[in-house]
Amino acid sequence: MIKKFPLNRKQRTLVKIIISIIFLVTVILGGVLLDEDKIVTNLSERNSAPSLEHLFGTDWLGRDMFTRTVMGLSLSIGVGLIGAIGSASIALLLGMAAATMGKMADRIISWVIDLFLSVPHLVTLILIAFTLGGGFKGIVIGLTLTHWPSLARVIRAEVMQIRSAEFVQVSQKMGKSRWWIAVHHILPHIVPQLLIGFMLLFPHVILHEAAVTFLGLGLSPHEPAIGIILSESMKYLSSGMWWLAFFPGLCLLIVVRTFDQIGENLRVLMDPTRNHD
Amino acid sequence: MKSVRMVTLLVAICLISFLLVKNSPIDPIQAYIGADMLKVGPEQREKIAEYWGLDEPVIVQFFNWGSAVLAGDLGTSMIYRQPVIEVIGERFFNSLALMLSAWLLSGVVGFVMGVVAAMKKGTWIDRIIKWYCFTLASTPTFWMGLLVLMVFAVWLGWFPIGMGVPAGVLAEDVTLMDRIQHLILPVLTLSILGVANVALHTRQKLIDVMASDYVLFARARGEKGFVLFWRHGLRNVALPAITLQFAAFSELFGGAVLAEQVFSYPGLGQATVEAGLRGDVPLLLGLVIFSTIFVFVGNLLADLSYRVLDPRTREVRK
Repeated sequence: MIKKFPLNRKQRTLVKIIISIIFLVTVILGGVLLDEDKIVTNLSERNSAPSLEHLFGTDWLGRDMFTRTVMGLSLSIGVGLIGAIGSASIALLLGMAAATMGKMADRIISWVIDLFLSVPHLVTLILIAFTLGGGFKGIVIGLTLTHWPSLARVIRAEVMQIRSAEFVQVSQKMGKSRWWIAVHHILPHIVPQLLIGFMLLFPHVILHEAAVTFLGLGLSPHEPAIGIILSESMKYLSSGMWWLAFFPGLCLLIVVRTFDQIGENLRVLMDPTRNHD
Repeated sequence: MKSVRMVTLLVAICLISFLLVKNSPIDPIQAYIGADMLKVGPEQREKIAEYWGLDEPVIVQFFNWGSAVLAGDLGTSMIYRQPVIEVIGERFFNSLALMLSAWLLSGVVGFVMGVVAAMKKGTWIDRIIKWYCFTLASTPTFWMGLLVLMVFAVWLGWFPIGMGVPAGVLAEDVTLMDRIQHLILPVLTLSILGVANVALHTRQKLIDVMASDYVLFARARGEKGFVLFWRHGLRNVALPAITLQFAAFSELFGGAVLAEQVFSYPGLGQATVEAGLRGDVPLLLGLVIFSTIFVFVGNLLADLSYRVLDPRTREVRK
């Protein structure tokens, strides 16, 4: 007899998050552990459609598309991680600075936020990639510099709210320094927001990375990135080799969606006002 | 006040992008001369640098360039051998057709989807729409473009594969019909993805409206379904949706860059990518400025639409 485990809402959300994280870790480890032998050129098995042996088919050099896809995803997640951490750090720093360091700082930072929001992200990314000559460095710096503004706004609003709370006022009257208040009172309160913001930022970063690489301004063509795989596949589309583009893109979609899901679930878990949604 | 802010932002963007491209590893003289570089000696190089003012301090160069821009001269594009302003103008019309159609289509469809989802909240329709929108938000635009291309152009063969006009046809023989046919697939790609934002936003707003007291009262009077929405819902949710749609100009531009690349559609986005890949500095700078103005116009229209459409904001302003 199967025993039923009654899980409440909170536990169910937690289980979902854990499953998603396990999935992502598998993908990352898969990309690192899969041996490169599988993607060596094998001209006897060129252009074969998906089969049990090659789940996603092979490309025009006989390389196994499944292996290439997993490696590409792993690389994308890595780049996305660095970009998202960088962006979240900038957002935290500027958001807190805008809310705590007086009117002038607030004005300047709001202006900088507007500055970054007034050029389309993709154009900024192209410009930065162009300046740094493309490649890994260009794309990571570009991603870091373009994704922080919206999160910085959220953090600024949050800090403003906490700052006017009574316990902070009392602390101020007791003569605690600004720095002490920021570290002991404000920071703990914005950690959940920061975490959620970070998780919701992540999908955007990965998608933009793939997009810029696809356009030919990102990672170099020798890397097994998803963007490279897709832009190469364009040449073979009209000959009916649909699997070259279909599976890698679908996998990217699933990974991005999983991140988004984790972010949303975390929000449900941590933000009491949205529990009833 | 707003315009002052805009001017400062625009100047800052010009300065920053100018400094960025100045510091890029691409040597402007080499990029201009190209393969003939070997024939150019150091003295000739200096002459060229002097002729273009490249030997002056960066800030002087910026002011030279800035004053030319203010006079309407954005320089000459190196890859198209045409004034930048002409390249942008010509391609802007192509892009405008693409972006405007996608913008209208995704706005209307997204709005309707959001309304349906909210009116049928909790049913399977709502769940499907929500799932669809969340999934779309994670879909890479260029992948969607590739899928559309595969299905409609390669398999079904209904539409041509890419380009803005048929290949091998003289410019004056291209009919409007041809242009429209080449436009459909990119528009479809952008619209499929563009609905998510508006739909989810409209759904949330309409659910809030439906929970309000006046809707409760209307329901008590016996109004329901479409009449209820028409009388009490529409006006309240239309405004945020319109504003959101205008404010999404920045994403629209980004989406157009990718869609144009996939379909080799000769618009601004494709020009941006070309300029970036081949080091066409004047064109790249021109496009950065142009896209900034484009986004700003979107935000301005969003603000204006609020003033025109919402009587409450008008009252406050008096």
